[in-house]
Amino acid sequence: MNREYLSRALIRLWINSGMVAVYIVMFALFSLFVPYFFTVRNMIGLALSITTIGMIASTMLFVLAAGDLDLSVGSTVAFTGIIAAVVMNRTGSIPLGILSGVLAGGLVGWLNGTLVALWKLNPLISTLATMQIVRGAGMIVSNGAAVGITLPGFFVLGCGTVLGIPNPIWFTLVIFIIFGILLNNTIYGKNILAIGGNREAARLAGINVELTKNAAFILQGVVTGFAGVILASRMTSGQPNAALGLELDVIAACVLGGVSLTGGVATIQGLFIGVLIMGTVQDVLNLMNVQTFYQYVVRGAILVAAIVLDRMKQRK
Amino acid sequence: MESYLEFRDLTKTFPGVTALDRVSFGVSRATIHGLVGENGAGKSTLLKILSGAFRPTAGDLLIGGKKKIFTRTRDALKAGIAVIYQELNLVPEMTVAENLLLGQWPRRFILLNKKEMTHRAESQIRDLLEDMDPGGKVRHLPIGQRQMIEIGKALLHDAGVIAFDEPTSSLSRKETGRLFEIIKTLRRRGRTVLYVSHRLEEIFSLCDAVTVFRDGRRIETFTDMKEVTPDLLIRRMVGREIRDIYDYRPRNGGEPLLEVKNLRGPGLKGDISFSVARGEILGIFGLGGAGRTELLKLIFGAEKPAAGEISVAGRTVVIGSPVSAIRHGLCLCPEDRKTEGILAEASVNENINISCRRHFLKAGIFLDKRKERENAGRLIVRLKIHTPSGEETMGNLSGGNQQKAVLARWLSENMAVFLLDEPTRGIDVGAKHEIYRIMYRLAEEGKSVIFASSDLPEVMGVADRILVMRNGGIAGKVARQDASEERLLSMALPAG
Repeated sequence: MNREYLSRALIRLWINSGMVAVYIVMFALFSLFVPYFFTVRNMIGLALSITTIGMIASTMLFVLAAGDLDLSVGSTVAFTGIIAAVVMNRTGSIPLGILSGVLAGGLVGWLNGTLVALWKLNPLISTLATMQIVRGAGMIVSNGAAVGITLPGFFVLGCGTVLGIPNPIWFTLVIFIIFGILLNNTIYGKNILAIGGNREAARLAGINVELTKNAAFILQGVVTGFAGVILASRMTSGQPNAALGLELDVIAACVLGGVSLTGGVATIQGLFIGVLIMGTVQDVLNLMNVQTFYQYVVRGAILVAAIVLDRMKQRK
Repeated sequence: MESYLEFRDLTKTFPGVTALDRVSFGVSRATIHGLVGENGAGKSTLLKILSGAFRPTAGDLLIGGKKKIFTRTRDALKAGIAVIYQELNLVPEMTVAENLLLGQWPRRFILLNKKEMTHRAESQIRDLLEDMDPGGKVRHLPIGQRQMIEIGKALLHDAGVIAFDEPTSSLSRKETGRLFEIIKTLRRRGRTVLYVSHRLEEIFSLCDAVTVFRDGRRIETFTDMKEVTPDLLIRRMVGREIRDIYDYRPRNGGEPLLEVKNLRGPGLKGDISFSVARGEILGIFGLGGAGRTELLKLIFGAEKPAAGEISVAGRTVVIGSPVSAIRHGLCLCPEDRKTEGILAEASVNENINISCRRHFLKAGIFLDKRKERENAGRLIVRLKIHTPSGEETMGNLSGGNQQKAVLARWLSENMAVFLLDEPTRGIDVGAKHEIYRIMYRLAEEGKSVIFASSDLPEVMGVADRILVMRNGGIAGKVARQDASEERLLSMALPAG
């Protein structure tokens, strides 16, 4: 009996903070054994490397928690970067460029929301379609080539620092906090989890399922648009081939962070750890000069490990 | 008589809970043995041990005098034990024959031998298949026929013990009759049948013996049904006297609150018109497929009405969605708790607060979790929801407590009309009694309660007025004092 209680307590600890423990151990081991890992420069580099994934993952969390999926985010990052670049070059206005990039992202989100939430089409296929459409649109607008940005003031957004820390890291933190509050402390967040948990029960309990899901897609689009603008600022150009395959990295980070792909389960703390794990592994592989080919294999293996652990968690 | 199936000191504990406590009894070959008890009494745990889904903590299970321990459900199946659960385990997209022989499809070399499959399905259980096409997809079959397929699977495995867990809860009267015939045939063929049901009349019409469970213990086994009365069984099940589980008290109705005129919609045939007064409990009686659920969902806006008019308190309202229904003071407790009522993974608190969060906001945006906890806590006490705490996962509660939590959802709102679809289905006598009391109290507070049920004694015991439905239309309206079983049934049965 006592042993059963103990094992139950351990399981609960694992469920609540398993990934945190894994990450702390991981981090300690890397700090000890990987040269240059635990240095200020590397830490900032690591944090910077996960800003794009981090920002987008914080809204992907809502889409996944509602039981949907969005594959179009990678294309959207490229598209919105190009739109921002083109608008800025044409009008000479930085705010207008940023705004148009963010709005373009919102537009893609609205399209996804219309297809998936309102017309109730399969999210996998719908966003696979918009992924192609948006990637194509980016190439059409840019003529397939990088659009260099001619306003140096814009580069402050992605390359400037506050208190020695690059701006994108601050943006990511703020976005995490905003969406953490949205998830935990507002009706909207609870409704998203309820819809993912049992769509029909949520509907009959008086939740407007279509509107709630649609809003999740629009939020996803807006934040992805912002991430695209920041990336363009860091690269000083809008690139049609930017962020290829990003959608899978984002979803992988969510899964590592314990977000359930069937919906209903998600925490912002978990997601934070998930994003960190993704970034840290990548960083260490780079520090150890592991070839890109092998990096793919390692990342895939980690994802498999994550879903196996998740499965064990569900079995209790 | 020698026992074919015997339980000896069977015990199953979960952390903090003893689900079965030294249960011993025997079941003779070729008998139908009923298992009764409130939810959580241990019947389901017993079946799960029998089927190999759980391993007992202590004690033995003997079949034909030999000790058996099953670690997997496949072992139990091989030993000749089949358990037919409420949720049927069929593959909807496959054919009847494919489902029947699932796991043991005949092959010719490496290819599937479809001819042989159909042949085997047909030759061995022709009586069960009767009007079924072995090549037809299971998806298109009504639930009663699906159950026949489950029974057929058990027979094809040559199961000596077949256990049924609440098999009639979603069957129509006709399907139930047919199921009973088949269960009796099983007995004639020497099969041992365990039969779990909340419906005592079924136990009396079917079983040769009955064992009563309460709180994980076996209370008593009756091997002669002549010695038993329903009252005695209920007393043993609840461990106290319940004189009249309906406990009806007359009330004074007020002016009409909800009026439905010429409503039409999916699943309904003909126009539906009726009204309910303040303080009135209207029972909707009908057999499976009569359109009760469809009607309630239509009023609640969960389905789009094709025509008709709904008015609340004299004002015509347009209800296009559950959201707008709730705005007009209408609420629904759906029939199928699991798929439409609860968030199984979320906490009891979450489930209660899901519809009323907007009342507990700080600065109009942020959730006030303390107030939410208080609200849920108050309702847990008021409705006597048995749960270790408000943080408990909803899925771990018994059916009756889940139902109360779904009801609680609407009690924190100022709802006027309560639409309850089969509110006591699959829940035990004690919880039923409590649900009735909640319904009475709502009516006494001046609210209107409409409940749909296929349980005739319940409809007659609880409702002030009864609406009988048949084939998607209204077959008649009967006042409480004019209601008799014969009258209601003859209205509900299809003509001719």
